[in-house]
Amino acid sequence: MTDATSKGPLTTADGTPLKRKLEQAMFASRLRAFGLVAPLLAFILAVFVVPITVFMVRGFHNPTYETYMPKSTELLLEWDGVSEPTEEMAAAMVADLIQARADKTIGRAATRVNQEYSGTRSMFTRTARKAAKMEAPFMAALVKAHKNWGKPEVWQAIKVAATSWTPAYFLAALDLKYKGDGSVVWQVEERQIHITLFLRTMEISLIVTLSCFALGFPVAWLLANLKVRTANLLMILVLLPFWTSILVRTTAWIAMLQGQGVVNDLMAFSGLNQVILQFMLLFRDYGDLKLASLCSNDVNGVLATGEATLQTLSAQAADAQTTCAAEMVRIYSASGLEAAVAQAGALKAEALRWGYGDERFSMIYNKTGTLVAMTHILLPFMILPLYSVMKTIPPAYLRAAKSLGATNWTAFWRVYFPQTVPGIGAGSMLVFILAIGYYITPALVGGQDGQMISNFIDFHMRKSLNWSLAAALGGVLLIIVMFLYWLYDRVVGIDNMKFG
Amino acid sequence: MSGLPPYATTGQRIWYYAFRVICGLIFVFLIAPILVIVPLSFNQQPYFSFTNEMLTLQADAYSTRWYWDILKNGMAAPEAIEGWWADMWQNAQWIRAVKNSFFIGILATILATSMGTLAAVGLSRSEMPYSKLIMSILISPMIVPLVITGASMFYFFSYDFNPMNWFAEGETAAEDKWQIAFTYGGLIIAHAALGTPFVIITVTATLVGFDKSLVQAANSLGADPLRTFFKVQMPLILPGVISGALFAFITSFDEVVVVLQMATAQQRTIPRQMFSGIREQISPTILAVATILVIISIGLLTVLELLRRRSERLRGLSPG
Repeated sequence: MTDATSKGPLTTADGTPLKRKLEQAMFASRLRAFGLVAPLLAFILAVFVVPITVFMVRGFHNPTYETYMPKSTELLLEWDGVSEPTEEMAAAMVADLIQARADKTIGRAATRVNQEYSGTRSMFTRTARKAAKMEAPFMAALVKAHKNWGKPEVWQAIKVAATSWTPAYFLAALDLKYKGDGSVVWQVEERQIHITLFLRTMEISLIVTLSCFALGFPVAWLLANLKVRTANLLMILVLLPFWTSILVRTTAWIAMLQGQGVVNDLMAFSGLNQVILQFMLLFRDYGDLKLASLCSNDVNGVLATGEATLQTLSAQAADAQTTCAAEMVRIYSASGLEAAVAQAGALKAEALRWGYGDERFSMIYNKTGTLVAMTHILLPFMILPLYSVMKTIPPAYLRAAKSLGATNWTAFWRVYFPQTVPGIGAGSMLVFILAIGYYITPALVGGQDGQMISNFIDFHMRKSLNWSLAAALGGVLLIIVMFLYWLYDRVVGIDNMKFG
Repeated sequence: MSGLPPYATTGQRIWYYAFRVICGLIFVFLIAPILVIVPLSFNQQPYFSFTNEMLTLQADAYSTRWYWDILKNGMAAPEAIEGWWADMWQNAQWIRAVKNSFFIGILATILATSMGTLAAVGLSRSEMPYSKLIMSILISPMIVPLVITGASMFYFFSYDFNPMNWFAEGETAAEDKWQIAFTYGGLIIAHAALGTPFVIITVTATLVGFDKSLVQAANSLGADPLRTFFKVQMPLILPGVISGALFAFITSFDEVVVVLQMATAQQRTIPRQMFSGIREQISPTILAVATILVIISIGLLTVLELLRRRSERLRGLSPG
């Protein structure tokens, strides 16, 4: 270079400086490389990134009320939310109600307000029917049509609905309530469901990740240390579930775990259920794994002997009673023997319907079912990265450690295990990321207590049609997932992701 | 783990066998549910569980009625002889689902594979600017929860894309709207987007072992870039491309969440049909379908394994 600069810049045959020519060539090749990527990048941006962005904006923006009730919106936005609602506002409201009823859009506006203050939907539709005949003073006329119009908090809720750009949904996704006067308070206790839901989603994902690790580590170790031919054969047992439809595997777990399913049949046949039953009797509180058989003892007792069993059950301490017993005793003391026996019959029918007649465990349509099926579905995602990392660890290291005097455990824990950490990180993060957004399995086998955040998002998308809340819940979930994705990229690197 | 050394202590022996038993149980956990559905799908009774007759291997406890049900379910006249085939082809629910699944799956695969392969080739070039950032964007459809993807696409694709209506007053008639939601096009686009990360990952993995001097050699011998790509690079990365395509296909073939959001009843795919089957009227027909799907996945697995071996041979690695 020093040689070149002393004699002036190098040039190509046509006289342009070499440096510029090189830059041109580099630019052209960069452009060619980018040209190869461009179609897909444009496609992903257009059909994936942009839709998600637009949908997230929906979490902040809901113009329903503004669109259908323009006159009152204008006045409500000027209103401070604290002082008494004015007659002018009432007049605008009546005008909007008449117009919205004529346009048949009153239902949409009413539904929007109802999201902020339940019970206002019927108030709106009912008042709208009478609105055409109303005369000044309108505030009094509104209150006459429905007394809730007199409440300031109703007007505050309408003000929140009228504000199209609003943080209300994202706050609602975190169990906070945005009020008309601009203040933010906690949602009332019994309506704080979202944080519980997020925590439950995290809990399920964490348990699934840990179970996958616990089950995947030994298998990966075995596969990495067997002869190649045997390992490849056993690998099929890992890859076949991986390639099998999630729906198929979920169906399979229903067949396995249901009341009359294979697992319960095997346990009943081998008497294992009795062992577990006795074991669980030691611990009265068996949490999730509800033991229907205990219930069925009580129910069968009541059906067989009636009064006598009920007396015995009533004598039990409240915390020693099963849920069925408590229910029957409650009905017995409230409405007498006949009603209690009828309830026992109903419980028996329910138990038979789910197949828990004869000491079987309910392992599906609850959290247990979700955990088992999800662990099964995500296990290959743990085994494959672990295996590919363990494959690269020379077995000589373990032998060296042992020959230097380490015990088996020390050799494993101090020499082998630290080298598997990249695989553990990759597998765990992948499983956790996939688990946290899981939808199908909880929806099909989750029952009540196995539902996750994705199921709620879907519920608000397709059932309650509260799309803004769905977007806000999705936004919170997306932030969590994106953070984990960033972490994964930092720790593992996305270019290191491999299958099979 | 190649056998026990002769000097192993009793404790080591016990652990050696205990460990294998534990691993065996985990393999049972992995494979048993998939194997169990096969005999259950031949149940004569409409249950998901083994009857006593089945366990004692009585022939009349088994039947293929649920496999026939796949063909007949939804037909106008399942017992008719005249026009049976046409009736089944037109009306049977599962047949329609199969048609939908393959139609959407194949088109989505073509879209995903062609764009994904090109992008992977571009991304693996050292001169590619911002390759890490772009890579992370292109992989994200695999990471973002499907419910969010489905909801977003449904919400965005419900917009009216007909520019004539953007400034029109009042409500637009449904037939004048250009909506992508509830069309086959929307489902194909969505599934293509979900499949591309798998194509990129598998093709990129193949490209890691690709000798770049081969391209330079082809170029220096006068081949134009297109010819170089198709005659030199493509044959070598083909195993990666095919396994990427299989991944993209299975992603679409197995996808239900987006279909749940964006498809009409006529556009139901196999997993969507299974989903409502499990939710609404659970019958062993689902198990029969599941058995067929397991056989398909065994086929796919075999193809992939053969591809992997071929790829390793081509790249001079030892055969597995």
